Amino acid sequence: MATKSDGPLDAAPRVVWYNDPLWRGRFFQALTLLAVIAVAWTIVHNTAVNLERRNIAQGFGFLSTTAGFDVAQAAIDFPKDASYGRAILVGLVNTVIVAVSGVIFATIFGFLVGIGRLSHNFVISRLATAYVELLRNIPLLLQIFFWYFAVLGVLPAPRQSLEPIGGWVFINNRGLYLPEFHFGAFAGWGIVGGLVFGLVVSWVIRRWARIRQAETGAQFPSGWVSLGLIAGLPLALFAASGFDLSLVAPRKSTFNLAGGIQVIPELIALVLALSTYTASFIAEVVRAGILAVSHGQTEAARSLGLSHGHTLRLVVIPQAMRVIIPPLTNQYLNLTKNSSLAVAIAYPDLVSVGGIVLNQSGQAIEVIVIWMAIYLGTSVATALIMNVYNQRMAIVER
Amino acid sequence: MKTKFLAATFGVLMGTTATAALAGTLDDVKNKGFVQCGVSQGLPGFSQPDSAGNWAGLDVDFCRSIASAIFNDPTKVKFTPLSAKERFTALQSGEIDVLSRNTTWTMSRDTKMGKFAGVMYYDGQGFMVRKSLGITSAKQLGGASVCTNTGTTTELNLADWFRSNKLDYKVVSFEKSEEVVKAYDAGRCDVLTTDASGLYAERLKLTKPDEHIVLPEIISKEPLGPMVRQGDDAWFNVVKWTYFALLNAEEMGVTKANAEETLAKTENPDIKRFLGKDGSFGVDIGLTNAWAFQIVKNMGNYGELFEKNIGTTSPLKISRGVNALWTKGGLQYAPPVR
Ligand SMILES: N[C@@H](CCC(=O)N[C@@H](CS)C(=O)NCC(=O)O)C(=O)O
Repeated sequence: MATKSDGPLDAAPRVVWYNDPLWRGRFFQALTLLAVIAVAWTIVHNTAVNLERRNIAQGFGFLSTTAGFDVAQAAIDFPKDASYGRAILVGLVNTVIVAVSGVIFATIFGFLVGIGRLSHNFVISRLATAYVELLRNIPLLLQIFFWYFAVLGVLPAPRQSLEPIGGWVFINNRGLYLPEFHFGAFAGWGIVGGLVFGLVVSWVIRRWARIRQAETGAQFPSGWVSLGLIAGLPLALFAASGFDLSLVAPRKSTFNLAGGIQVIPELIALVLALSTYTASFIAEVVRAGILAVSHGQTEAARSLGLSHGHTLRLVVIPQAMRVIIPPLTNQYLNLTKNSSLAVAIAYPDLVSVGGIVLNQSGQAIEVIVIWMAIYLGTSVATALIMNVYNQRMAIVER
Repeated sequence: MKTKFLAATFGVLMGTTATAALAGTLDDVKNKGFVQCGVSQGLPGFSQPDSAGNWAGLDVDFCRSIASAIFNDPTKVKFTPLSAKERFTALQSGEIDVLSRNTTWTMSRDTKMGKFAGVMYYDGQGFMVRKSLGITSAKQLGGASVCTNTGTTTELNLADWFRSNKLDYKVVSFEKSEEVVKAYDAGRCDVLTTDASGLYAERLKLTKPDEHIVLPEIISKEPLGPMVRQGDDAWFNVVKWTYFALLNAEEMGVTKANAEETLAKTENPDIKRFLGKDGSFGVDIGLTNAWAFQIVKNMGNYGELFEKNIGTTSPLKISRGVNALWTKGGLQYAPPVR
């Protein structure tokens, strides 16, 4: 017999290569690949030539030319001679501001309403149902307009501002004005340093407590200790500085209020609309997640002697979270993408500012490429973070 | 993945439309039988649909004049309403044949985004405020919130002007004028700024137009005119000479009412060339020799269009000012037909 025997093919009678299924397969795969490359190349080349001929695309050099327009809200420095690139960055930061605050509020509202729908209290559960049905069935753009014009329509002009905290906080149709905080050097660094130190130490303590509990069963109130450290340390250092903080209140001037921090009504309306709208979807996700944990689990936990709180915290919620997180991620991504409706109410987000750059510079394709890259990037980043979290929440199989 | 997909679809689209455009816009227009005209989304006096949904205004009438020159039929136009932000992309991508949308002639637009064929209206940027503020000059606007449109020369001039006058301001810029006006009306801003003609037009849309005044300062030059794609001389000629025809007609005293009679009786050599009784000027630009006659007979001359749409007898009540003919001390001037 032959000395080497690699597989069934060896046993087959010798055939010409083009009748050999292996080679034939490779041949056609290569052919397909070539065809795909050829088509792709033609398309890309054709586009590039056409774009150039029409003066539409010329590369990314324009990003460093002076923008020449102003932006309503710039969280990073936006000097008068800032470039187009800087303007896009300002837009991106504004998108992040909306997305992050929207996600936080949507999560809070969503969990409250979702749990509310499962409440045994008839009024609460009906109210929660009504909320969900109402908000998720009205187009988001309408809700944004509603909030925006409701906010603008109801609030007084700057000179007649509402002052919930007299002289410090002002509300008017130009937005919400808060005092500016100026910490002294020691107080400022003390608070930041205390916070970081508190976080690190709490993390170490929690690890130690968990290991000790696994070994000896003894519990340690690490939650309270962490809270004490994280909140207490910065506070103590702040106190040690003699509460070295000066507040600069907004003042009324001819037109607007001067000084202080202004939260523009466009941002308020957008965050309100996005978070209440998305909350209606999150509520359903949460409800489904909780209902997915079978009642037997609760009963088993209670019969083991776990308290109501422990049952929820250690048995029900971890299992519900496994069901909740994937669709919740989707909702976060939706919220981020929906934030581009900002353009309708003059909130200078990435799409809105990018659109101005596109128009003023005439570089349509470049700006569209930047938009897509950034949205793809943020979506992938959100998905990654949520995946990591999801993995940690998944059942550990032993 | 998404990027590639878009590039691919875009590529296919561009691939096909590119060949079509290369045939020349004039031939395209003749083949499809109408002019695709980009206009605003609603600016009284310039381009706005009336209650029956028919577009009306100076910019609209300009497109109808082009259609009259080509087809002898002012209705052979289709309108595409565009926001300030969308307009140049629409022109460059071939979605429209001509952009007639109170667009300011600037160097970068004229060299990078298209070609301007003339100036339908010499304008400048102004400010509008509430009378109740008691303000009389733009120099008093330090610290104000200003509502404006994105994608316009307006937002650029605004930044420049406040900067060079060392005044602070807060900008609130919307994509659609409708929203700019709504926000200003709702008190979101102290000031509304745009082309002065636009201010008079937008004021009509406010709940109480009489409670607002336009400040005396004009802070920029805004020559507003029609725009075409670059690299298409034949089409550029048709659009440019349609504009000149409107001006020449006014200068020669040819009107919608007397066009027919003038054509029959005139002995004036200028008018004979203009109306196509002499020479082959129309045929030479790819039209018929009656091209200018068709414009005037169907639409009237520049002065008539001005009066009807934005003049002192219209709701906008704008006087000719610098937009008078050069013979009357204005800037409107057309080269001769020769
Ligand atoms: N002339 C300026 C501004 C043109 C502009 O868009 N003006 C606004 C405000 S008057 C407008 O036309 N709005 C009407 C609309 O968008 O429908 C430019 O070309 O950039």
